[in-house]
Amino acid sequence: MQKVTREVLLEKAKALLADGTVNRVLGWKKGEFTYDVTPAVFTTVEELDKDFVYGEFCGANFSKYLVKEAKKDGKVLVFLKPCDTYSFNQLLTEHRFDKEKVYAVGIPCDGMVDIDKIKETVSESVLGATRDGDNIVVETLYDGKKTVSREGVLAERCLNCKSKKHVYYDELIGDDGEVLDSNRFDEVEKLEKMSADERYAFWKNELSRCIRCNACRDICPACTCEKCVFGNPNSGVENKAISDSFEEKMFHIIRAFHVAGRCTDCGECSRVCPQHIPLHLLNRKFIKDINSFYGDYQAGEEIGSRAPLVNYTKEDLEPSEAVNKGDE
Amino acid sequence: MNNETLIPKIGVIIDVRKDTPDIKTFRVVSPEGKKLFEHRPGQCAMVSIPGVGEAMFSITSSPTNTEYMEFSIKKCGCVTTWLHQAEVGQQVTVRGPYGNPFPVDDVFAGKDLLFVAGGVGLAPLRSVINYCRHYRDRYGKIDIVYGSRSKDDLLDYEEIINEWSTDEGVNVHLTIDREQEGWDGHVGFVPNYVKELGFDTNKIAVLCGPPIMIKFTLEGLRSLGFEKTQVYTTLELRMKCGVGKCGRCNVGSKYVCKDGPVFRFDQLDELPNEY
Amino acid sequence: MRKISLSNLDKLFALIAENAKLYIPVDGKNGLASFKLWEDGVQMSNALNTTRSAKDFFFPQTENLMEFKTQGKNIEIIDNRTEKEDFVVFGVRGCDVKSFEILDRVFLSEPIDTYYASRREKGVIVSLACGKPAETCFCKTFGIDPSSPAGDVTAWKTETDLYLKANTEKGEKLLKAVSSVTEECGEDVVEEQKKAINAIMDKLPLKDLSTEKFGAGKTKEYFDSPAWDELSSHCLGCGTCTFVCPTCQCYDIKDFNTGNGVKRFRCWDSCMYSDFTLMAHGNSRLSQKERFRQRFMHKLVYYPDNNDGMFSCVGCGRCLAKCPISMNIVKVMKTLGGKENE
Repeated sequence: MQKVTREVLLEKAKALLADGTVNRVLGWKKGEFTYDVTPAVFTTVEELDKDFVYGEFCGANFSKYLVKEAKKDGKVLVFLKPCDTYSFNQLLTEHRFDKEKVYAVGIPCDGMVDIDKIKETVSESVLGATRDGDNIVVETLYDGKKTVSREGVLAERCLNCKSKKHVYYDELIGDDGEVLDSNRFDEVEKLEKMSADERYAFWKNELSRCIRCNACRDICPACTCEKCVFGNPNSGVENKAISDSFEEKMFHIIRAFHVAGRCTDCGECSRVCPQHIPLHLLNRKFIKDINSFYGDYQAGEEIGSRAPLVNYTKEDLEPSEAVNKGDE
Repeated sequence: MNNETLIPKIGVIIDVRKDTPDIKTFRVVSPEGKKLFEHRPGQCAMVSIPGVGEAMFSITSSPTNTEYMEFSIKKCGCVTTWLHQAEVGQQVTVRGPYGNPFPVDDVFAGKDLLFVAGGVGLAPLRSVINYCRHYRDRYGKIDIVYGSRSKDDLLDYEEIINEWSTDEGVNVHLTIDREQEGWDGHVGFVPNYVKELGFDTNKIAVLCGPPIMIKFTLEGLRSLGFEKTQVYTTLELRMKCGVGKCGRCNVGSKYVCKDGPVFRFDQLDELPNEY
Repeated sequence: MRKISLSNLDKLFALIAENAKLYIPVDGKNGLASFKLWEDGVQMSNALNTTRSAKDFFFPQTENLMEFKTQGKNIEIIDNRTEKEDFVVFGVRGCDVKSFEILDRVFLSEPIDTYYASRREKGVIVSLACGKPAETCFCKTFGIDPSSPAGDVTAWKTETDLYLKANTEKGEKLLKAVSSVTEECGEDVVEEQKKAINAIMDKLPLKDLSTEKFGAGKTKEYFDSPAWDELSSHCLGCGTCTFVCPTCQCYDIKDFNTGNGVKRFRCWDSCMYSDFTLMAHGNSRLSQKERFRQRFMHKLVYYPDNNDGMFSCVGCGRCLAKCPISMNIVKVMKTLGGKENE
């Protein structure tokens, strides 16, 4: 696999700006520390040289930003990791932006690091973190430099990576990878094996931490409604806060229902949750069920594919069968 | 004032008057039949229907009225739509008064006054106008320019014709946007009418109406020679607490509920353009 | 000054809990600490700070204000507040203690918010000096001394002991109540720790962040700055920064129909939300840029305008750690303040 470095991407970005293919670049802007990169649009070589970064902490999925970016004049360059391209396709399937306004460069990825894992396992105070082969060297405020295994601090979604293959690109850096046999449903199976009471207790405990900040919804590439039902004061279900605990749980479950069949399992919801609620498990349960009821389906794999839940076939499972299958 | 600022009082609607196709005036008293609380001209109150919502409204009756309070309310959102179908005897909740009043007892005293209103914008000015009419000898000449889309959309029409127009030293200039059968008064937009009437600048002006009317009327007054320090208006933004704490009705560092709603145009110039 | 061996902390907590509800920071999932009710066996967290700030104790995310019973055209208002018990919040860091002062200026200014006031009256704050501030800390920028936080009682934790010093009458009362398990001691150890903490503060990456460019009277200077476009361009419009912020205090009041009456409750609101200023006939802040600008102008200019120059940020660093796109007040201050502020 070709190593993707800042320099490689920078060179590509500059070339595409110079030949007029694009007039701006959606990329990562350096922050205060190594890990706090911000999505940003760069329009000049100078801006790129000054602030463009790429590294272990550039996990953000840029696909959703294209809904807004593609409305502007000219073409925008976007760098997409394999998992991002599934969201990209799904958004195209839903006609959320015009792909002619985007130049997508696929970049290989072997996983992104989760700063919170570093902070939990290495030190609460991290000045910097750099990759050294299979390790991450963490510069701490109190304990000097510490080396940890990279796998130990990889983001959860990367540990269960579903695909190294880009399902969309205008151009690819390096060779493309393969769809992987991931273990991403292992945690779901564990939950399924629990008794109803145990499962209820699990979710009650997890969801009790929710602060209703809506970050999961706002980052989600499947949540692109112009007006969200939960943000509509006239909907009758708008609630910024826990008016009682049952309602609170409903928020996440309703959202999971709404993205069912459209969620590509990009994992952004869990990444951004300030309270580390494993929201991806709700989505994965739906994906797993859809797979078992209607045959394997990966949202975003193909532009324009009909998701099983919105597509009628004569072979479709009868509701009664689904209920029984759910008990298995 | 109630110590518990967020806990309202019960008010009873004792009269509903249909002023225009979409504006009704509600007369409210306490369950004992008394006035709920005292206020100053230009102040507001939070009115709510439990389960529907709470919203800020100008108190449109004059403080000199000792019996009741009135609110003239245009059908617009949830709370107002609900109120429009309310009948006499319906209870609502009321809390207030909120905001700063018009400086009727100092700045306005002894001066000629010009009130300019458009549409439901007359509602907040009605309490001031009637206050000044009540203490007629404290003020100079009073001019009122009021316009609406049509004759049917003129708020408080009966009161204007029967009471305001007959007062000595009070001149009422009505206008409607378009020609209408049975209307022999002035036709045209408020800002133009103000310029046509051509007032002398030795007075205080008070404007209230849609933003576009405010903008052009202010320009008109400026062209007649008025300084921004002579011209007042009253603002409206979304409010929840009414006491400068919930944080949403600010324009720059001023809260409309607490530091307003009455502002002078030179004061507004100091604030960012976000209202 | 009093001290107690860390091995006896349980005894201290048990004594406090005899007279009041006691909340201490407790470790949770993935090292996320939160304040929990102490009971026998609950251990105090060593984490630098809690994910949610301590503002919850005085300004909870949701609280019932009153209830209504309606029958026909009649309404009954029920103020169903029950007098709350005294409570002690143990282990509040200097930044969060300062946030109470900022909230006080809003809720305790006339007309006083009695819901907040009653909690403030019943709450006793035991602050805890920060032995190991993190890279995201910048409380010093706002004049906070993390080695000597305010509060009714200030505590310092060493490897072996906890030192306690009362600052207020409430604090003295608390220390008196636990005098049987604490002993009088000198201040040498604490003085040493203070020096050590201050030495660390001088080495933190954000130590030079300055408020000099901000404060009262700066609305015109910053409101129309072109920098807001880029700073806000990728803001998701979520409420994470607001809800983890110890000084954000904007709220909404909503009615909830319980089927058996109407509950009027107050809940945290965020100026980042699109419906924050939505009215039936329009919205004064239509774009995310305007909403984003509001949040930072409030903290850096509007609040100081109304509060003798005091800023509405305590440098706790929660927004730095939690913003999904890593945009935060430090980046805003550095960008708006220009080169000198970097």
